[in-house]
Amino acid sequence: MSDSALDKARKRTGKMTGAEAIIRSLEAEDVTICWGIPGGAILPLYDAFMRCDHSIQHVLVRHEQGAGHMAQGYARATGKVGVCIATSGPGATNLVTPIADAFLDSTPLVAITGQVPTHLIGTDAFQEADITGIVMPIVKHSFLVQRVEDIPRAIHEAFHIASTGRPGPVLVDIPKDLQQAEFEFAYPEQVELPGYSAEFPDVPASIAAAATLIAQSKRPIIYVGGGVINAEASEDLILFAETLQAPVTTTLLAKGAFPDSHPLSVQMPGMHGSKYANWAIHRSDLLITIGARFDDRVTGKLDAFAPGAKVIHFDIDPAEISKNRRADVTLLGDLKRTLPALREAVVETKNAERIANQRDWLTDVQDWRKENPFRYMKGEKLKPQYIVEQFDRALKGKDAIWVTGVGQHQMWAAQFLSIDGPRRWLTSGGLGTMGFGVPAAIGAQQGCPDAYVVNFDGDGCFQMTSQELATAICYDVPVIHAVMNNGWLGMVRQWQELFHDERFSETNLFGTIPDFVKLAEAYGCLGLRAETEAEVDAVIEQAIAERRPTVIDFRIDHDEKVYPMVPAGAASHEMIDQVWDNDWVEEGV
Amino acid sequence: MATPGHHTLSVLVENRPGVLSRVSGLFSRRGFNIESLAVGPTERADRSVITIRVDCTRHSVEQVVKQLDKLIDVIDVLEVAPDSAIERELLLIKVKADAEHRLEIMRMAEVFNARVVDAGATTLLLECVEHPDRLAALEELLSPYEIVEAVRTGRVAMTRASIANEAARPKLNILG
Ligand SMILES: Cc1ncc(C[n+]2csc(CCOP(=O)(O)OP(=O)(O)O)c2C)c(N)n1
Ligand SMILES: [Mg+2]
Repeated sequence: MSDSALDKARKRTGKMTGAEAIIRSLEAEDVTICWGIPGGAILPLYDAFMRCDHSIQHVLVRHEQGAGHMAQGYARATGKVGVCIATSGPGATNLVTPIADAFLDSTPLVAITGQVPTHLIGTDAFQEADITGIVMPIVKHSFLVQRVEDIPRAIHEAFHIASTGRPGPVLVDIPKDLQQAEFEFAYPEQVELPGYSAEFPDVPASIAAAATLIAQSKRPIIYVGGGVINAEASEDLILFAETLQAPVTTTLLAKGAFPDSHPLSVQMPGMHGSKYANWAIHRSDLLITIGARFDDRVTGKLDAFAPGAKVIHFDIDPAEISKNRRADVTLLGDLKRTLPALREAVVETKNAERIANQRDWLTDVQDWRKENPFRYMKGEKLKPQYIVEQFDRALKGKDAIWVTGVGQHQMWAAQFLSIDGPRRWLTSGGLGTMGFGVPAAIGAQQGCPDAYVVNFDGDGCFQMTSQELATAICYDVPVIHAVMNNGWLGMVRQWQELFHDERFSETNLFGTIPDFVKLAEAYGCLGLRAETEAEVDAVIEQAIAERRPTVIDFRIDHDEKVYPMVPAGAASHEMIDQVWDNDWVEEGV
Repeated sequence: MATPGHHTLSVLVENRPGVLSRVSGLFSRRGFNIESLAVGPTERADRSVITIRVDCTRHSVEQVVKQLDKLIDVIDVLEVAPDSAIERELLLIKVKADAEHRLEIMRMAEVFNARVVDAGATTLLLECVEHPDRLAALEELLSPYEIVEAVRTGRVAMTRASIANEAARPKLNILG
């Protein structure tokens, strides 16, 4: 919306129903698109969508989980708040998974749910579920609106809370009778939240202490999490890293926050991260942690993680400081302030001298990197890593957004894609939600219509949310869903093979998987298939050229595993790997 | 750091629906046990104080304080140090008191500043507002007479008036 239109929306007053007030409030928050499904308790809102003049596009999805993940994909690709809508009871409970996902991955999401009329609350009425109670541990905040006059304020505060500080999901539950009631609308100018602040005072002493730790460090490493993306601080990070000349490792959530192709990048740490990232962390004497939270998939055995390192921790959330790993110096607040502040302080120290002294460190890291790239063995069967590489090549230089499901395919994509900008890699990290890919990719594409959006999905994941292909067709959303079809719940199979004596309990999907090409066609999508390397480029090219909703069924080697790997509970530098012969392919980062 | 200990937290909250379950839910979700919890209004109608007693390590209590502080309805969280605060709790206790022991029990009550608030043919109902440790001592002394029923409110706490501090609730430094 233009600034003047937005200003007008915020100044609007007049008599209206609660339902219209929801729409006017969304307009005042500059919402242009939202996702949902109607039902009894939210009917007045849907009626108002049709009755009122407004500028919001409502996308009708096929399952509320899809609405939630689409809103998430949109939010993460654009940086704006994603909005999803559901009716009471089952509609609201279907949003639980995306809400939990948004909570763990700090995604700004506002969920609006209808609730049974106020006089029926607490009576086990038809489609009544205590949704604010259900989501309590997985939201940043929630509102159960009790008076129609409170609707604008609740929505205003919901957007404020969802989008500031550490972003997260906020649920606004609105009883049906309040949607129908009339009142005098006015949009609040300010929020009244005495218990909430996302502002932190500058602490010059901490900046000085951090600069001193850096000056004393011989083996620093910068450990970057998704916070950098939420703070829009990628440029500041690049300048900071270049000033320090320290290697940079980006977590699964942070992929793209620092360019994969940058000479200082050591890519992903953790369970399926690079050997050189994990080794560099292990040997480092200073861990400069920026918007990351020492997740167990990154640290492995916590006591053995970066055992010789002091820790500088930048974060916007005080509760992350010293939660899992004690911080020696804390820098709280907006990275756009703290990163440049520390950089300036570092420039004031004898930085050039320090860089000269740490030359061996950088050489060591570069050598590890050269000798231990992500790699895979060629064979007769189609290798998933090859498909990722070919997609990466095909879209080089174009604006591409990469989305994934959860499993082996997710890790192969994380390892073999080279992504150089923020908000171009969307994956479910904290919750690890199978089914995230299809809807998140659709939402991302709707937020970025000119980008090429590719969803690397698994055959298991794809079947969890493939109904949203119908949504893609209805709204003409040309995502390419590249299904890595290995006939297995592959990641679980990998654990069974390695740690459970090959007892493949309930992980074989083979023979029960529908024909994905026919499925695609049934929805009206383009359906393609590749079974050998030779066929890969042609299907990729065709999918990119046709630019319509597309599913590609890649029949990959079901025996392929994700390596290297830190077994659960092991120290992060103790990675297992397969035995290589000479027939491996080096990744060209 | 790893040794558990008792901590009293005074949590100032906005009087909004659900605030008590948000606060108590946070404890169970993060795996902390609440020993006692008392809620009540404050000098302002729109605010309440929840006083919570937990038994956990220093590191855990710091986590709890930070997580509580993240709740939107929580205005601030204070860890009340025993030596700089007054802590009180109310005990109601019903004891078997036959004619033979009645006077003895009443004298004991006096020592503890407890009052007899009701009397039956065979029992006495005492009320006592005291430091929780003193209440425990009183209960202990009364136990030989057979305690029919006892109930405590959970402790409330406030920093001492004699400690010079302009702010009613000195800010806890959770940033360092
Ligand atoms: C909703 C949900 N259920 C179960 C799991 C556990 N899980 C993690 S990966 C995985 C297998 C995924 O299979 P597929 O989509 O085929 O991907 P692959 O690993 O084969 O690439 C499962 C079941 C999960 N992460 N999410
Ligand atoms: Mg699979």
